[in-house]
Amino acid sequence: MSAIAHADDHAHDHGHHHKETFITKYIFSQDHKMISKQYLVTGLIMGIIGIAMSLLFRLQLAWPDHKFTVFEIFLGKFGEDGVMDPSIYLALVTIHGTIMVFFVLTAGLSGTFSNLLIPLQIGARDMASGFLNMISYWLFFLSSVIMVISLFVEAGPASAGWTIYPPLSALPQAIGGSGAGMTLWLVSMAIFIASSLLGSLNYVVTVINLRTKGMSMTRLPLTIWAFFVTAIIGIVSFPVLLSAALLLIMDRSFGTSFYLSDIFIQGEVLHNQGGSPVLFEHLFWFLGHPEVYIVLLPALGITSEIIATNARKPIFGYRAMVASILAIAFLSTIVWGHHMFISGMNPFLGSVFTFTTLLIAIPSAVKAFNYITTLWKGNLQLNPAMLFSIGLVSTFITGGLTGIILGDSTLDINVHDTYFVVAHFHLVMGISALYGLFAGVYHWFPKMYGRMMNKNLGYVHFWVTAIGAYGVFFPMHFIGMAGLPRRYYKNTEFPYFDDLSDTNVLITVFALITAAAQLVFLYNFIRSMFYGKKAEQNPWNSNTLEWTTPVEHMHGNWPGEIPSVYRWPYDYSKTKENGEYVIAGQDWVSQITPLQDGEEELHH
Amino acid sequence: MTVLLTIIVVALFGITLWQMSKILKLSQLKNADDSEVANDEDNNIQGKLMLGFVIFIYLLTIYCFATYHTFFLPESASEHGVEYDRLMVISFVIIFIVQFITQGLLHYFAYKYRGKKGNQALFFADNDRLEFIWTIIPVIVLAGLIIYGLFTWSDIMNIDEEEGDPLIIELYAYQFDWRARYAGEDNVLGKANVRFIEGVNTLGVDVADSYGKDDKIVDELHLPVNRKVIFKMRSQDVLHSAYMPFFRAQMNVVPGMITEFSYTPTKTTEEMRTSDFMVEKVATINDIRREKSKALVAAGEEGLESYEFDYYLLCNKICGASHYNMQMKIIVESEEDYNAWLKEQQTFGEQMSAQASN
Repeated sequence: MSAIAHADDHAHDHGHHHKETFITKYIFSQDHKMISKQYLVTGLIMGIIGIAMSLLFRLQLAWPDHKFTVFEIFLGKFGEDGVMDPSIYLALVTIHGTIMVFFVLTAGLSGTFSNLLIPLQIGARDMASGFLNMISYWLFFLSSVIMVISLFVEAGPASAGWTIYPPLSALPQAIGGSGAGMTLWLVSMAIFIASSLLGSLNYVVTVINLRTKGMSMTRLPLTIWAFFVTAIIGIVSFPVLLSAALLLIMDRSFGTSFYLSDIFIQGEVLHNQGGSPVLFEHLFWFLGHPEVYIVLLPALGITSEIIATNARKPIFGYRAMVASILAIAFLSTIVWGHHMFISGMNPFLGSVFTFTTLLIAIPSAVKAFNYITTLWKGNLQLNPAMLFSIGLVSTFITGGLTGIILGDSTLDINVHDTYFVVAHFHLVMGISALYGLFAGVYHWFPKMYGRMMNKNLGYVHFWVTAIGAYGVFFPMHFIGMAGLPRRYYKNTEFPYFDDLSDTNVLITVFALITAAAQLVFLYNFIRSMFYGKKAEQNPWNSNTLEWTTPVEHMHGNWPGEIPSVYRWPYDYSKTKENGEYVIAGQDWVSQITPLQDGEEELHH
Repeated sequence: MTVLLTIIVVALFGITLWQMSKILKLSQLKNADDSEVANDEDNNIQGKLMLGFVIFIYLLTIYCFATYHTFFLPESASEHGVEYDRLMVISFVIIFIVQFITQGLLHYFAYKYRGKKGNQALFFADNDRLEFIWTIIPVIVLAGLIIYGLFTWSDIMNIDEEEGDPLIIELYAYQFDWRARYAGEDNVLGKANVRFIEGVNTLGVDVADSYGKDDKIVDELHLPVNRKVIFKMRSQDVLHSAYMPFFRAQMNVVPGMITEFSYTPTKTTEEMRTSDFMVEKVATINDIRREKSKALVAAGEEGLESYEFDYYLLCNKICGASHYNMQMKIIVESEEDYNAWLKEQQTFGEQMSAQASN
């Protein structure tokens, strides 16, 4: 209870106003709402870079013999005469993966919404440590800057794939990008990890200690559950990536042999002896797999909240949803080996990882079914955020199902590292998490900027994106089934793949259209920031606490005391025994509304 | 074809933009509701679009299968591949049943229960029985798949050199090519390490090891049909992956260690070439190549050669700039043809003495 007492004490500090300068308000802000906006904008900018890169290599894949001036413009000496250099192709693929996974979908998604929603939805004045929170953002910013700078080094940016498997990533002799480009990549990621850890620790402490009176763990919105558990997974797994990166830095710069052994390259035997690249793979995927859920869980949390609000129904199976989040989180740390079935590790391990991997399908299936049941007999308000949430469930199912094939060690043998994998993970984590991000932006834009986004532009954005995403990734499964390897600069060296080229063109065309649709979003986002319609306090008639704060941002979130919580967040369309809504004429009951006469509290 | 596709897509995109602007205009005309929150009309339109979307997904699935079924690899050319393919088909059937039902329900509900002012949603927060059902069904289905998968997996990965009379071949990967080393008469590979690489001894075979003398190093993989092969894989520099899609075989090649994979080829190159699937496939590919050649010749360049099917081994782990062209031809042939071919190849001992006499 001390936490609650603390929150109460804190409330009295807020009678007076701190004097804020431009710098403390907009740049080195310690206010979680501002930090969340900083995360969002930085994430979106990185997203633009990442998606633009994917367009460049999609052009190359669709028309390998064509000369594109755009290559010359963006790639300089690596795109001379409009011909893309094979090594820069690999660099584009590498940086696209890195940026999208870490900078957009980890920091941009989880960073934005954890920061915005944790204090607001649990009823806290701010994060446990505003200062660390600020540091966390600025470290993220610094790492983004370093990552962008790495694009301009002489020998090219890191090009060993986003998984940076050594020895390729360790030896500049093997590929140019493994020189200064790789060093910057590693430095940037090390800083990123520090940022992520500071952020995560803050989220965990805040959720545990700063919940308002009455906000028990079982009354937390599912968003908070998702952010909370995501932060825990991050704390468990990111340090392992840091170790992996540190050992790689040692191998690269100080002549150690953690990952290197018996190598003859460029006419020379290296002195390294006794290391193993498989060790790196284990360390990398110990983060790498949980990372998938670090990306996905916040998106699932966001959609849980949005689907319930817009369906005007409680989320179906709250306890099951929480249990699935916990189960997914636990299992996510013991399935990493399914990326390594054919890495040369002991096949027995493969069996174990197949078992755990297919287990993780169970909580995932439960979540999908629960979403569908939440829609059943709802009164669906199809706002853009709701469309993106439904879209997420759709891509989550489509992408998740092919995981049954890839997670099976036997079946993985022949589809491993083909386009089948690319299609699978883009749908299940890339597109799904992006949909979560978009859903969150549409839904909480009024909270972030005090204005509404244009819904019609939102609809256009959704439908073009939804059709485009399936258009890109659905046919991709089929070229994967043909045994087409990923990360090939062009497929023309294998005449057997000649009949796939039309499909590659189709995919690229869909990719261009889908990317163009994102411009609609950007336009809507920026325009609404300044000219959007002024938001009401609670535009979606939502139950959660963030909508009880004033539209105008203020330090400390609530004027006066922090409201107490009397019920769970999903009392939508709840009726009394006589069939009337709990509050007459209103199909929602805010968490701060005490139990009414003749109302039963359900024990969820 | 490409041009046509592009034109169609651009046209569709144009129409989309046009429709978009129309929608925008319409919505602005009757500006009674400018709340930016979905109203009944929005719900109605978007709900119907949701129904349309699931139809789109179904059609896309059907279209992809109808058009792209030729992309699927032909019947497996290895013994274990038959099991592999069966497991794949079972998994696919399950996946498509689940996909069909869940996508249908999801989008149908989004359509059916599209909001309307005055409608009341059902307060339905929990149902233990339902949740039990949809936990237990995946459990049972997945348990079946796991068990089946694991049996197949251990069959494939359990490599026993004592059993039968397996052919031992070393696959050697380096940036950006492959070599194969046959174990020779004694069917035992000589020891090797990259530290022994010197002159013609490009694979670093230990000259002092007598087992290595009769090894044969070649740049084309010949396999006798119906005899088990054990591949021992070694990399000279970075990670590679030996991917032989037609044999449902893949294993990473890791510097510093020896990885293994084993299979029994069951179809000769000739049998594969004359199979209905491959005849049709190669004809299609050659049509495409002829079309491309026309364009190339018109531009004053050399045309493409016509294609004849051969098995291949390709690198499937990012390994550097020329990763996309790191391949080796595989020829599966009768025992006699194989022996005749092998006889013509120089042994490692001969190669070394030829170098010494130079």
